[in-house]
Amino acid sequence: MDRRYQVRRATNALMAAVTFGCTLLVLTPLVVILAFLARTGLSALNGDFFTQLPGAAGEPGGGMANAIAGTLILVALAAGIGIPIGVLGGTYLSEFASTRVSRTARFTADVMNGIPSIVMGLFAYVLIVLPMRHFSALAGGVALGVMLIPTVMRTTEEIVRLVPQSVREAALALGIPQWKTMLRVVLPTAAAGIVTGIMVGVARVAGETAPLLFTAFGNRFWNRDLLQPIAALPIQIFAYAISPFDDWHRQAWAGALVLVTLVLLVNIMARYAAGRQVKLR
Amino acid sequence: MEPQKAGLIDRTTGIQAEDVHAWFDRLHALRGISMTIPERKVTAIIGPSGCGKSTFLRCLNRMHELVPGARVAGRILLGEEEIYGNGVDPVVIRRRVGMVFQKANPFPTMSIFDNAAAGLHLAGERNRRTLETVVEQSLRAAVLWDEVKDRLQKPGTSLSGGQQQRLCIARALAVSPEVLLMDEPASALDPASTLRIEELARDLAKDITIVIVTHNMQQAARVSELTGFFLDGELIEFGPTNELFTRPGDRRTEDYITGRFG
Repeated sequence: MDRRYQVRRATNALMAAVTFGCTLLVLTPLVVILAFLARTGLSALNGDFFTQLPGAAGEPGGGMANAIAGTLILVALAAGIGIPIGVLGGTYLSEFASTRVSRTARFTADVMNGIPSIVMGLFAYVLIVLPMRHFSALAGGVALGVMLIPTVMRTTEEIVRLVPQSVREAALALGIPQWKTMLRVVLPTAAAGIVTGIMVGVARVAGETAPLLFTAFGNRFWNRDLLQPIAALPIQIFAYAISPFDDWHRQAWAGALVLVTLVLLVNIMARYAAGRQVKLR
Repeated sequence: MEPQKAGLIDRTTGIQAEDVHAWFDRLHALRGISMTIPERKVTAIIGPSGCGKSTFLRCLNRMHELVPGARVAGRILLGEEEIYGNGVDPVVIRRRVGMVFQKANPFPTMSIFDNAAAGLHLAGERNRRTLETVVEQSLRAAVLWDEVKDRLQKPGTSLSGGQQQRLCIARALAVSPEVLLMDEPASALDPASTLRIEELARDLAKDITIVIVTHNMQQAARVSELTGFFLDGELIEFGPTNELFTRPGDRRTEDYITGRFG
């Protein structure tokens, strides 16, 4: 056999092995984290964990029910703020792509995506906590909502832009006004893709801790008043993890397991939504 | 089978273009087109690529202006109405002048039924019975009814290319337009589907004015009664199809139809 051909074959096999190895390496942290969470967290997971308030310091027992509810409330608030602004903003960006406003907004969104989340917390702190003079669920929701906007906006823009011009033209040529074409034809065509983007964004902000530290603040009790501090899973995990009590450490792991499961569920739903997107290319 | 159009197309109109110019930014795409398109006939527009034939068609229902930087000058009369007149709503003009595109473009999220009903439904018609009647009428008019009547809830995109194009014709007819514009409606279709579309165009012309753009001269000869030949944004010659093809009055027309360029 030709010697150069042999060398080429050997190189090919080597590179294939290296890339395969790297793929395994990428998966390792995820598998390790999940395994570790399951091993340490499962032992503290029980009915009480989902139904009880945190116990007194140092005493075993108690749960994180308020923190789970708090996280759901915070995420709902964030979604209420981030989704409408993100979707409508993204729609504008795709339809009026080359205006000065669009270019500025797009750049700003990309910068916002890279801003450390604690700065988002500062933003909500200055905007809401300082004037109100106390921490609140609202401030936490705003911090997360503002973080959600750029993700949702950019995904919406990308997907809406993929909707073929011919679909818009078909609607316009039927004598359907532009706003209705957008609302009833273009957005539904892009809907599943937009939902996917929303879910990925929501899954991301659901686990954020830093922006909540000085906005939602955390709360050891039930709270349904949006203007008062509220508990959240990430804060609770942090508080328990740095405590000196073994039982709380175990509960912190359990909380992390619940949080990761929530995020995983949302991501799976996002994949499902993505599969339902009509082909745009 | 005779397509059933009663009740769908209640009136039709001719079109008169007077010194129509069109631009894309600085590109002068149409240079003074004047032509009278008679009602209840198929008028074909032929010419080589880039001659402005599609642009002219899109001026007739105010679709041209959707392209950023596009402009139109001159007068186009739809019946008595100047469609570029002050205060004329392009949305109203587009309802009166329907359009079928080169590539079939059914709405990808909608069923066959919803596609055919889209124009009326999105304009606010909520009465289920009315929608059902119109959908059946328009699908019959587009000679598609028998093929799809048992699967109206299937996606419009599940149909074959030729069927999709007829669905698009049905969708355009469902809003009772006065004129139907067809922009190379068969250029993406196989010969059998092409023939069906041509047959359909000829048939529909008993009730409605049709303007068809085509790069296919045989197609123009088969479907149209009048043909206009466009070249470099100008209307070189316009007249009865058989005369234009057998005794062209202009040298350039003759060169084009005998295949010397294009």
